[in-house]
Amino acid sequence: MAELTWRDLNIGNIITDPGNAGSYCTGDWRTDRPVRDQSKCNKCGLCWIYCPEAAIYPTEDGLFETNLFYCKGCGICAAECPKSVITMVEEKE
Amino acid sequence: MANSRQRVGMEGSIAIAEAVRLANADVIAAYPITPQTHIVERLAEMVANGELDAEYIPVESEHSAMSACLGSAAVGARTFTATAGQGLELMHEVLYVASSMRLPIVMAVADRALSAPLSVWGDHSDAMAVRDTGWIQIFAENAQEAHDLVLWAFRVGEDPSVLFPVMVHIDGFNLSHVTEPVLIRDQADVNRFLPPNRYPLPLHPDRPVTMGAFGPPAIYTEAKKAQEVAFENTKPFILKAWEEFEKIFGPRYSPVETYKAEDAETLLLTMGSLSETASLAVDKMRAEGKRVGLVRIRLWRPFPFAEIRQALSRAKTVIVFDRSISFGGPGGPVFSEIKAALYGQPAQPRVVGLIGGLGGRDVTPSDFEYMVNRGNEIAQKGSPAESEMIGVRE
Repeated sequence: MAELTWRDLNIGNIITDPGNAGSYCTGDWRTDRPVRDQSKCNKCGLCWIYCPEAAIYPTEDGLFETNLFYCKGCGICAAECPKSVITMVEEKE
Repeated sequence: MANSRQRVGMEGSIAIAEAVRLANADVIAAYPITPQTHIVERLAEMVANGELDAEYIPVESEHSAMSACLGSAAVGARTFTATAGQGLELMHEVLYVASSMRLPIVMAVADRALSAPLSVWGDHSDAMAVRDTGWIQIFAENAQEAHDLVLWAFRVGEDPSVLFPVMVHIDGFNLSHVTEPVLIRDQADVNRFLPPNRYPLPLHPDRPVTMGAFGPPAIYTEAKKAQEVAFENTKPFILKAWEEFEKIFGPRYSPVETYKAEDAETLLLTMGSLSETASLAVDKMRAEGKRVGLVRIRLWRPFPFAEIRQALSRAKTVIVFDRSISFGGPGGPVFSEIKAALYGQPAQPRVVGLIGGLGGRDVTPSDFEYMVNRGNEIAQKGSPAESEMIGVRE
């Protein structure tokens, strides 16, 4: 998006490929990263339900992972997890 | 109309409704407010009677009216609304959305003073409060012009090279409620002048698009640059539409109009219906041998810099009459615009700002005579204030 010039925009900034918000990396906004200790997980799925960005997805073995391309690091999953599976760790790089 | 070549007495409001009927508008979303009500009341009647095949959406506020117009214009429907004063203010945030999304809505505004104190009467405070919203703004002088400019507004706004919303301003009561002879344009002529609306990227289930997406810092500046360039580039299409209008209907319209201005030393500068009153004062002073003329701005946005500079370049003094106040600012909005247009130009007439006609206060030909005299006095002696209000009881 940063490469687009003002001449590249459609009339009224209309987007002709709807759904392209999916290519926008909101993971860049994150200051804290959710890190999981899967050995504590009881597979209740509360992190998945509460994530406001739908950035958490179930894996084949019934556990859950975070898509870091979208995760903004809000920490709601860590706060809601009844088993303290998730720890928010500051992004260093 | 029994005979379309015959002038018929009608209010400016009805003349506008007739133009919307001739333009065969698809959607009208409006909320009644004095002094605009007669426009949408007549349109509601037309829709109910089957004279106009349109959707009439009676919304719950002006904010909703303009929001409904966004959706209507977005699917490519020919869209009209009308408002005044407080109603225009309630629309304010949505006005920016309409222009920034390049939706060619046409809106008649029966200009009205803003509260407080509560006033339903006319001045230009509402028009000036929305001058930076990115709409094309045009001021009619009489009912015929209001009728013609609404037809022109659809043609210009919907032009694929333009695609901006257009406000047609008429003075509240002075034009909206005064009966004048109006020549209703012929339907066949209107059909030749006004092609069908073909919005380039309308909302349609077969070709999904996203409208009104958010613009993070990485793109907002580019979006505004594109909008400003496109708005500046509307001027040739505005002029072209008037050329077409002249060919089909006869009258010749222009961004700026002059009256007895050729050799004038002193020029009055006005906008809207009071220009006709000012011309009476010019006639009287001309008969007395005074070299006085009149310049009237018709096109307010985009501002006609070149035409204004040309019209004013030979005068010694320009007396600008504003019908609104910019509190604590550099005089009335028209006055400060004229000064800005002339700054740095080789010819520098003295520019004097006078403010009056507020909240429906009558302005008579003798008031304009006073303005010429007082304006010349200020031009010679100077004044401690940026501008002066006329007709105030001390």
